[in-house]
Amino acid sequence: MDISVNGRRVSVDAHPMKRLLDVLREDCGLTGTKEGCGEGECGACTVLIDGLPVDSCIVPVAHAEGRKVITIEGAAKTRTGKALQDAFVEHGGAQCGICTPGMILAAAPLKRGAKLPDIKTALAGNLCRCTGYPAIFRSVDAALNPASAKTLRRGRLARGKSARAR
Amino acid sequence: MPARVDTLSLERPRSLNVALSLLASDATLTPIAGCTDVYVGLHFGTLEQQRFIDLWPLDELRGITLENEILRIGAMTTYTELIESKLVNKRLPMLVAAAREVGGMQIQNRGTLGGNIANASPAGDTLPVLAAAGARVILRSTRGERTVPFESFYTGYRASVRQADELIVAIELPAIDGRQWWRKVGTRRAQAISKVMIAGVRSADEVRVAFGSVGPTVILAKQAAAVLAAGGTIGAARAELMKEISPIDDVRSTREYRARVAANLLGEFWDATT
Repeated sequence: MDISVNGRRVSVDAHPMKRLLDVLREDCGLTGTKEGCGEGECGACTVLIDGLPVDSCIVPVAHAEGRKVITIEGAAKTRTGKALQDAFVEHGGAQCGICTPGMILAAAPLKRGAKLPDIKTALAGNLCRCTGYPAIFRSVDAALNPASAKTLRRGRLARGKSARAR
Repeated sequence: MPARVDTLSLERPRSLNVALSLLASDATLTPIAGCTDVYVGLHFGTLEQQRFIDLWPLDELRGITLENEILRIGAMTTYTELIESKLVNKRLPMLVAAAREVGGMQIQNRGTLGGNIANASPAGDTLPVLAAAGARVILRSTRGERTVPFESFYTGYRASVRQADELIVAIELPAIDGRQWWRKVGTRRAQAISKVMIAGVRSADEVRVAFGSVGPTVILAKQAAAVLAAGGTIGAARAELMKEISPIDDVRSTREYRARVAANLLGEFWDATT
């Protein structure tokens, strides 16, 4: 099976039902994609297929054949990936780091200027057990709204209160 | 931990006709689509099936069209595609509302309407909508095509009239006159499986209201709706509803809570659609 992984064409010899997660980690050696729950609940294994975030623990590799897969190792090549990575570092969006690759790839399709409700919707399928979500939302907001990020940091999220999404 | 797949097999037909032929010749094949349920079973070792047939690449099963006032949604249409569809937003906003609260983005990008129906969970998020909307399920096999009213599609817990050689190819939805209302009650808006769901349609001459997660299948509450349509009190309608649903205690909720919330939701639906 031929798959484009982070812009490179990769030929994989694997069972078609092998989880995309396992192919990325074992066959491609890309261990930046983490396994959390293994059942599509936590989003830690999020990758992009043709630009759409999916949980790679519940995707058979057959469904990636002929598609473009982006993992955290290639996230910097996406439109907002580099800005997201920098913002997570600057604003303390990562602590243990297990959820971080999934958070960044789930946020990657967001457009510049995205507002907090859009950010929360995009990240609703990603769980974090360390920083809590305000630091992560602030990081994504800072990446997508460099000029207005201070507003969010001084606002409700900075005081640990979270606005209801949607 | 990497999942073991070596005992599994996957047929990968390149067209719907080939898929139907394979299903006609081998009754042990289980169709898979977005895999959001199948891989949960694989992970927990509870997957009973071993032999699968992949429908995901079949574009013949995709697409949303409107013909003679009938909205037709291909079985492989994902929740994301439902949310983004102008036709669905205009004609069936309660289906968009339901699709928005399925899992998170990652699940919405993979899960399909046909898969939600075929998986036959009583907690399937779109099922109350389809029941309240008077949907029809289009089933096809090498023997031909048949149309089944959604309200008679399920025969019991995780059981339906679909034969082993049949595929759900599309869902048809008649034009809906009147107001639509939908609500899911769960522990949180994203990622949570529902404790109780309701979908309702109210027009001048008809009331249809359906509930999820309060019985072995989705429940179309005909008697409760009949009381409301005839101008009866909400109390009388709730009394009928209690006879129509059969909620249970499980990991997500209790029988008592579900019954109380279902009754409350019926009242909320009625108030909101006045």
